[in-house]
Formats: sequence, structure tokens, C-alpha cells
Amino acid sequence: MAALARLGSDAGVGQATGLARPGVPDGRGRTARLMFQIRIHGRGSQGVVTAAEMLSVAAFLEGRHAQAFPSFGSERMGAPVVSFCRIADIEIRLREPIMEPDCVIVQDPTLLKVVDVFAGLKPGGYLIVNTNRGFADLHIEGIVAGLPRGHAVAVPASEIAQKHVGRPLPNAAMLGAFAALTGLVHLDSVQRAIRETFRGAVGDANVAAALAAHDETARRGAAADAAA
Amino acid sequence: MLKQIEGSRAMAEGIALCRPEVICAYPITPQTHIVERLGELVKEGDLANCEFINVESEFAALSVAIGASAAGARAYTATASQGLLFMAEAVYNASGLGLPIVMTLGNRAIGAPINIWNDHSDAMSMRDAGWLQLFAETNQEALDLHIQAFRLAEELSMPAMVCVDGFILTHAVERVDIPDQAQVDAYLPPYDPVQVLDPAEPASIGAMVGPEAFTEVRFLAHYKQTQALRLLPAYAEEFRAAFGRESGGLLRRYRTEDAALVVVAMGSVCGTIKDTIDEMRADGVAIGLVTLVAFRPFPVEALRDALAGARDVVVVEKSIAVGMGGQLATDVDAALRNLPEPPRLHSAVAGLGGRPITRRSLHRLFRQATDAPWEGTHFLDLNEQVVGREIHRTRKTRRSGPTAENLLRVLAEPAREAK
Repeated sequence: MAALARLGSDAGVGQATGLARPGVPDGRGRTARLMFQIRIHGRGSQGVVTAAEMLSVAAFLEGRHAQAFPSFGSERMGAPVVSFCRIADIEIRLREPIMEPDCVIVQDPTLLKVVDVFAGLKPGGYLIVNTNRGFADLHIEGIVAGLPRGHAVAVPASEIAQKHVGRPLPNAAMLGAFAALTGLVHLDSVQRAIRETFRGAVGDANVAAALAAHDETARRGAAADAAA
Repeated sequence: MLKQIEGSRAMAEGIALCRPEVICAYPITPQTHIVERLGELVKEGDLANCEFINVESEFAALSVAIGASAAGARAYTATASQGLLFMAEAVYNASGLGLPIVMTLGNRAIGAPINIWNDHSDAMSMRDAGWLQLFAETNQEALDLHIQAFRLAEELSMPAMVCVDGFILTHAVERVDIPDQAQVDAYLPPYDPVQVLDPAEPASIGAMVGPEAFTEVRFLAHYKQTQALRLLPAYAEEFRAAFGRESGGLLRRYRTEDAALVVVAMGSVCGTIKDTIDEMRADGVAIGLVTLVAFRPFPVEALRDALAGARDVVVVEKSIAVGMGGQLATDVDAALRNLPEPPRLHSAVAGLGGRPITRRSLHRLFRQATDAPWEGTHFLDLNEQVVGREIHRTRKTRRSGPTAENLLRVLAEPAREAK
């Protein structure tokens, strides 16, 4: 887990995440256009769209191509909102919504009863849920069991945000957890992306939340590894 | 400079580099972020010598642009959907008067029923209004097309609309290369109007013209637009030389060499189509794509050349002329009909009111075109069950009620039963 978190664009990310280098043939005579696709579920005013945008900035800062877009609904406070982020090493041309994500981020666990947030999640995918409870309490331990070991984490992002930002806005913290869990982006890049979005003290607070969530995710991963 | 940036903000920065002198627009989703950012750039002083004028409607927005342009200013506005309809009379006036205004259209469906999502109905509603209409495939091209549009519009003295898929492009954050001011200045000369309202040399613009000259005025407008068929490729080539990337022109070909099946489409869906084509090519299907950049003027000859070797042509478009079919398909048909052995034309309407166009559906559509071709217009991913039920219901009942609400009620039923 800790090793994963340190993997960057030039350090074997392909092995860790399935993201291919450009021009790698896939054995069927076509050039692979693999990409890593993230779908973020939350509610209006939880910063769901901003989270996808910051993640795309973090990937961009590492020289990658990235595309972030919202689910274009009539967004309003409290309504279910979805945003998307694609990351690849070559130009991203695809404009369809993400239907088979490599990673699902759930910013609000109350959505689990309302929306099929796991729809299309790949068998080797990742899952990050913002909760201070366990997967069993949320009745999703079956979903988690279907993912590879170490690919799912429950992180109390709202609590962490409340502590550092003063408001239960989980998005920056979730990105810290994402960096720790997937190793797809450097924590440094996440911090820079957060600071590009939130200037000054607000940026500092959100970076602190991301760092805390990152460390919490890494700690839980290490504990799970030790238990296994 | 490479930036990871929202499409609307990237366009705003590109438009600002064109040094517009008057900007006026009325907010409407999904175009709003563009003019909001331009407003900031003017207020912060980053866009100098520019007046940002707040107006009370879209009709006023374009009317102000018309006045500003006639007074010799480089004028810009933006709108979408019902906003374009509300300014319709001014849209015709801008072109009829030959004023080189550039307008961004954040493509969106037209109501009723009210729908804020993307399709090309708004652009199509003004396709005959005498404006140049250019469609962007990516946010990079959206930015680049504005620079080319100002140059083209001013050279020909006619207005240009840059059509950009609402939300799909305007709200997408992706990598865009923002040129620097010197590059744009070298490419786009200062506005040198062919006609100008100048108190020192009084003239009138907008005379009443009777039957003695109206035909000639219209002929010259048509003649002028056809000049763009020559200028657009030349400007795109010059752009490539100066900026180092392909943007604009009349059309682009993708894997069309040896293609028996060629898709024709406009705008951002071309990216998804390219990915689909790569997958089908890997499975041995000889398929390619022609991305139309210029819809007005319609590049009849270039399109004929690009499609002449194909056996089948599938037109995928995001609009429908009710009672006729796809407008783009109709125009493509006109371009093909004089070929000695024209390809078979298959018309598909897709992505209406924001329905996602997926690779999965495109695979099916392209295979169907050769394996089991359809008659008339195909509606991609049409929910035939719901449509069939509604037709049956309206036949049974005279007072069948509002169609849209009926459909929504039917669609909500399975969810209700599940609970």
C-alpha cells in the first residue's frame, strides 16, 4: 500500500493500475488506448464536480492526459450528483459517460440506498467510501469482497474535513485517499491541484484534509495487510 | 501554454486573445461560463480596450453587437438554444448587413419540452440565416476556431458562429494549449471594416431594397459564403504552420483510405466515433470518419471527394427536422447525388436532448448499416416500447393528454413497481 502510494507516472504505474504506456500493442493487432476511469458519486454542494476537476489537474501535472466532466443534471443542493474523470497517457477522445469505472468514489454513503453506485465497476477496480462506519455496517461487504484485496477503503472524509476545513466537505480528503489507495497520482500532485482550486488558507486546510485522509488510508491498508 | 482547463474558460481566454472591442451577451446555460470569464478578464484589465455591455435579453445582445460592428468595432457575443431563437431576427440582420460578428453557440436542445442538454437543434434552426457555421470537435479546436472565425468573418465581412457542444465541451476540463498574444496577433490582423458608420464620412447601412435589387443582394451573400470554401482550408493551413496543430478547415478524414463504410458527423461525438472505428478496424471492418467542420458553407465538393470511394455512408447527427429527417443527411445526400455510383446513404439521429452516444450503440449502428440497412431516419437507442405504448394509447383515447408528461409517467413505472 505504502509503496503503491509512491508510484508516479514514470514508476511502473502500468503494473499498479492497468494504465498502459502509449503505443503498447494489446496482442490483437490494435494499439492499446487504455485509460483509468473514475466515477464520483455525491450530493449537490459536496464538491463532486470539483473533485473530478482537481483529480484531472493532478494527472495533468504529471504529464498525463485527463478529462473531467459532470453529469450535466439540474444540479441543486442535496440532489444526487455524478462526476467523471478519465486519465490516460494518450489523447482522450471518448465523450460517453463512464459506465465501467476502474474506481468508484462515494462521497455520501446515504446514496447507497438510492443510486446503483457500483454499476459497471470493473472486477479489478477500486472503491473509496466516505464513512466513519465499516463496509459491513453499510451492507456492502459483498461488493468489497468481489474486489481484489486492498482495493477498497472506508475513510471518514467528512469528519476529517470538518476537523481541518471546518465544514464537512469531503472532496479534497477523498482525493488524498485516492492517491493512497490507487497510487495513480502522486500526493504532491493532489496537493498542487487542490491549491490551484482553493487559494490561501482554504487551500491549506483542504491540503491538510487530503494529507490526513491519505495517511489514514495508508494506515488502514497496512493494518489490513498485517491482518491477512 | 498547456493548461488543464474548463472548455468555457479556455474559449474565453482564446476569444480575449482576439482582442474583441465590444462584448455583450445574455446568460444562458451552457454558454454562461464563457461570457462570465470574459467579463472577469475585462474587469481585471487583462482584456484591454474592450467594453463589456450588460443587456436585458439575447435580442439586445446581438443588436448591440450589430451596432458595435457597424461602428467599426470587433464584436463578440454568445448564446444557446432558446436564446438563439429569441435573437433570431437580429441573426438574419447581422448577416444581411454583412457584419463580421463572431458568436459562440453552446449547442443545446430547443424546447418544448424544456431541456437544457446538448444537441444541435439550435444551430440547425439558424443554418439558413446566412452565417458561417463551424463545429468544434474538441475544446482545443473550439478555442482555435474562434481565432480563425474572426479572421474569416472579417475578411469576408459576414458573421460566423462557432458551434460548441454544450456541457460535453463547455463543461469538460481537459488539456488545452492556450496560444500567446503575439502568436494570435501575427495570425489575426486588426479589424479593417469594409463598411463603417463614421461621422466624418457619413453613410447609411440597412437601406430598404425592393424587387429591383433584392435577388442580387442575396446572390452576393451566397457568392460571398462560397468564398469561405476556398479561405477555410487556406486559413487552417496557415494556422497549422503558425500554431503547429490541425484545427478548422472544411472537413477532416480519419482512416477513410480504403474505407467501404464512412461515417459523417459534426462536433464532439467524432471523438467517440474515432474510438469506435479503431475497435472495428481491429476486427477487420473497413470503416472511417469524415468530421465536418464547416456546415455553412456546406463543402459539397470536398465531401463528394471524401465519400466517392465508399459503398455506404452513415450520417450521425444530433438534430431532427420533424417531418423530413436529419438535416445533415439531407445535405450530404445533395452532395452525393451527382456521383455516377453514389454510396448508399444511411441517416441516424442520435444524442437528442443530451442522451449519451455510446460506443456500444455506435458499434451496433455501423454494423446494422451494412448488415440490415434501414429505410428513412433511424433514431439511435429509441425506446420503442415506450413509444409504441404512447402511440397505442393516443389512438384509444381522444383526450390523451400531454405527450411528454405521459412518457415520463410511463418511464417512472418500473421504478415504482420495484419499490
